[in-house]
Amino acid sequence: MKSSGWSKSWVQQLVFTGPVTLAFAIIIALPFFMGMYYSFTEWNGVSDNATFVGLDNFVKIFNDQTFINSFTFTTKFTIAAVILSNLVGFMLALLLTQPVKSKNLLRTIFFMPNVIGGLLLGFIWQFIFVKGFAAVGEKTGWSLFNLPWLGDETTAFWGVVIVTVWSTSGYLMVIYISALINVPRDLIEAASIDGATAMQRLRHITVPLIMPAVTIALFLALSWSFKSFDIILSLTKGGPYNSTQSVALNIYNEAFQNNNMGLGTAKALIFFIVVALITSLQVWVTKRKEVQA
Amino acid sequence: METKPYKGSTLLLEIIGVLLALLFLVPFYFLVSNSFKKYGDILLDSAALPNPWTVANFTRAWDIMNFPASFMNSLVITVSTIVGLAIICSMGAYRMVRHSSKYNNILFMLFVMAMVIPFQSIMIPLIKVASWLNLTGSIPGLWFAYLGFGSSMTIFLYHGFVKSIPLEIEEAATVDGCSPYGVFWRIVFPLLKPMTVTIIILNSLWVWNDFLLPNMMLGEAQRTIPMSTYAFFGQYTKQWDLALAGLVMGVLPILAFFLTLQRHIIEGITAGSVKG
Repeated sequence: MKSSGWSKSWVQQLVFTGPVTLAFAIIIALPFFMGMYYSFTEWNGVSDNATFVGLDNFVKIFNDQTFINSFTFTTKFTIAAVILSNLVGFMLALLLTQPVKSKNLLRTIFFMPNVIGGLLLGFIWQFIFVKGFAAVGEKTGWSLFNLPWLGDETTAFWGVVIVTVWSTSGYLMVIYISALINVPRDLIEAASIDGATAMQRLRHITVPLIMPAVTIALFLALSWSFKSFDIILSLTKGGPYNSTQSVALNIYNEAFQNNNMGLGTAKALIFFIVVALITSLQVWVTKRKEVQA
Repeated sequence: METKPYKGSTLLLEIIGVLLALLFLVPFYFLVSNSFKKYGDILLDSAALPNPWTVANFTRAWDIMNFPASFMNSLVITVSTIVGLAIICSMGAYRMVRHSSKYNNILFMLFVMAMVIPFQSIMIPLIKVASWLNLTGSIPGLWFAYLGFGSSMTIFLYHGFVKSIPLEIEEAATVDGCSPYGVFWRIVFPLLKPMTVTIIILNSLWVWNDFLLPNMMLGEAQRTIPMSTYAFFGQYTKQWDLALAGLVMGVLPILAFFLTLQRHIIEGITAGSVKG
């Protein structure tokens, strides 16, 4: 039997998978592989010809102190942001899985910063660090608020961390809540009858049972922080003295401020390899710790 | 959990929760209250309530930012992207699940693997590809780019969901003479609705808030809300009265979206990340 026209298998394959494959091929796959080639060229982005320079870009990168500093900053920032946002998110989730009356309202409020884009969040906080903190400092006399928050390297670092934690912990909280409400009550009750304290129950029963959620939350926080761009662009622009310049911002500046597209793509290739390595490593490590109830 | 009695310790937790919520809201207080102040009053005391209140900042910022135009651009881009992604990705994922040939499995693997590629690893050559294909400087061009960037995650989410739909219904429809396209649009797509809601929510938050891609692809003439906020803030640095009014206007649409649909949004996000 010969099938005809629209019912032919290859036509169906084309109709169903064609459009999405085309968009993916042109927007993701093609530029990704072109980037690999451009990493080995010198190219200003304007002219059509990129000169092949071998490993020159990579030699330059390993001597580029600003890039190395941006990696150091990104690493430190990621560690601080992942730990703090998960701690805050987890504590909020613990709080909201208790029978508190206002939990729906509280959940909405804690989640709210997350829906606002990083760029606008950074601007809001720029005002708070510059003007808001000064006013609070004047009223309370606490010297913490009178520091030049965005003007000093240490406080600017923590400024970026604070804004990130404020905006992401609500999202992580939602993930932890959905895991916590599925922890079987009888296990917790059995443990309390056996004399386990609240801390012991949390440490030995709740946490192991919600490890899948921990995997997801850590994975998300890790990839958000490591790729941080918008918040930093609008909050500090990478300053003071490039001290809060993330790798993503460094690549952006190299490509679009300095017009070194070849060098920029080489940096982006290194960035990709590092992101791919840490995320797979992290998922692998936490997956091994998951247990069944 | 509902059966637990309301004890003194719960009251304490309630108070802690409310205090934390107030702390979370402080930035919004500073943002909103100062946007209604005259410039001098902001410098004088940014923690006080406005006295007198003024809306002059808003009318000026509205005009300078050309707010209605930016709002419409953001809306058109976001809506067309989520509709386009829902259509092409549900179709693609459906085919990949139901005809899991070697080719389709490899294709699906490519979509999944691409999820770890950071935007920065694509953006530089993308500009070149986009200008070859005349995608720069136009909203349809940006729309096409969003279809590419959203495809990986959307395919991945639909793929997992299609697998959970029983095959029997489709077989029955085929026996009754329904074409493969009819089976998909009349039977499968309606069954995908919970995942479609999740996908619409995740993608609309992302596209609405995205700054870098539209900034690279559109020109000065067509601005989205994040772009016009960025331009406005750059132009009026330290002119806090105008800048804050502009920020309030930039934040309001997405906050209104969230507050109206918050239950769906929080559920959608949980479903999206637990599956992902």
